Amino acid sequence: MWKNRAVQTLLIGAASTSVLIVVLIFLFLGKEAAPFALTPGLSALFDSKWIPVSFQRERFGILPLLSGSALVTLLAMLITIPFSVLGAIYIAELAKPLEREILKPFIEILASIPSVVLGFFGLVVLAPLVKSFFGLNTGLNALTGAILLSIMAIPTVISISEDALNSVPHVYKRASLALGASQLQTIFRVTVPAALPGIIAAVMLGVGRVIGETMAVMMVTGNAAIITANPLDPVRTMTATIAAEMGEVPFGSVHYQALFCIGVVLLLVTFGLNVIGQQVLRRYGMRQ
Amino acid sequence: MSGSFSENLIYGLLRAITYAIVLLVGYILFDIVIKGLPVLNWEFVSGYPHQSGASGGILPAIAGTFYLVLGTISVALPLGVGSAIYLSEYAFQGKFTTIIRMAIITLAGVPSIVYGLFGLGLFVLFFRFGASILSGSLTLACMVLPTIIVASEEALRAVPKGYREASLALGATKWETIRTNVLPYSLSGMITGSILGVGRAAGETAPILLTVAAFFLPKLPNSIFDQVMALPYHLYILATQHPDAEKVRPMQYGTALVLLLLVLGLSLGAIFIRAHYRKKYKW
Repeated sequence: MWKNRAVQTLLIGAASTSVLIVVLIFLFLGKEAAPFALTPGLSALFDSKWIPVSFQRERFGILPLLSGSALVTLLAMLITIPFSVLGAIYIAELAKPLEREILKPFIEILASIPSVVLGFFGLVVLAPLVKSFFGLNTGLNALTGAILLSIMAIPTVISISEDALNSVPHVYKRASLALGASQLQTIFRVTVPAALPGIIAAVMLGVGRVIGETMAVMMVTGNAAIITANPLDPVRTMTATIAAEMGEVPFGSVHYQALFCIGVVLLLVTFGLNVIGQQVLRRYGMRQ
Repeated sequence: MSGSFSENLIYGLLRAITYAIVLLVGYILFDIVIKGLPVLNWEFVSGYPHQSGASGGILPAIAGTFYLVLGTISVALPLGVGSAIYLSEYAFQGKFTTIIRMAIITLAGVPSIVYGLFGLGLFVLFFRFGASILSGSLTLACMVLPTIIVASEEALRAVPKGYREASLALGATKWETIRTNVLPYSLSGMITGSILGVGRAAGETAPILLTVAAFFLPKLPNSIFDQVMALPYHLYILATQHPDAEKVRPMQYGTALVLLLLVLGLSLGAIFIRAHYRKKYKW
């Protein structure tokens, strides 16, 4: 009997590590970022300039970084949503069984290409294309980053949307077809609306991935910390700032703490998106 | 199912969009394979880099990634499989289970660079492991843990209830039942799911950037407290930090190809194993 007990205790211990890690992530990010709240104070983060190294006055405003992340994410989702949703509709509703068996693994491969390899592809192939297409001085800008990010987000959004479309009960479709609706009408008036919560959740999880992406974005967005809404301007995202600068700051400096503050913001944003996305999925699941 | 003209037009459009994505995947793979292949030879994968990576081989980076993958598996696999067994076989609906599930979902959504910061704060600085294989592996293990748990739980739940009931009815204890009648049938599924997760870890750059990766270190590590080079970080450095990026382009493509082969090889291998065992056990 003691053996069963011991095993069960061990397993509970293993299962608890996930909780422990989450607590430690919040604790240690908070711990390293906290001194910033005392000096220079959290209000310093709402500056419009990010100049962490300066002979006069360092400025740690994360607004340009927030706007950079927001612009790249928004553009990426504008590309991702139509491609993923229409692609998912095709795979779930229209493709023949054999065709589906070939399409799905191909799109899964896209999900497993490392982000640094995609970033490299963006740097040497995509950026020159964007540069010559728009006649720019450099192809390293928000648009190039957004295209690359959408390539990374598409597999995630497609596979969750496809699951949502597949989980719409067959009787809905049959009832619609029996009433004389065409296949197209059935897809867009019955199946897609019924799967909409799942598709929305898929998009939100995609947004979470896009905001958190680091390497590809750092390699192709040009890394200029400016506030802009022009897709053809270079921008700098929160993730890229941490990755690019953390290697060079002295541990414990104000700059170091500021980078951890960015990490906390990122963590909170992705955490929020994740919670809402899961909530939508769960409510949708309950309705089934 | 032949519809009207406009209906066919819309079907054509949907098909075109889907195949555009497939074509894009094909083009990315094609570009890297075609331009990386000429560099790929024995000297490249077994030699040491010279002139900060402009010539020579990438052995230290391959070895570094190998050690990191090994370290990540040895930490994440027992924890992940243990969690999955608890969640699938022992846990009942309750507050504790809900909290664990929420934690797993949260971990799956944390950005990779935040894992890097976390690893820096906890393993590198607080535990004083320094930038080392140990810190990097532990950081990556935290990152792949949710993937391994979800995949393993799925494999465990696929084993029919009757197997457990038959064993319990014969008087076996709970753990005996799991050990002899559940684990053998779910092991392949758990392993393939874990390989898929670890394949992702092998290609990640952001978490190792702050916890282990060395810019240029043309030697092999002696212990788990050593820094190492790693394939993804090496590619990043060659592509963006090298003073003569154009000239080392072949080296960049070669490194990208090796990394891609490693990650895709792991994934394809896992998918293959899964397909094999799916045929073996039918219930």
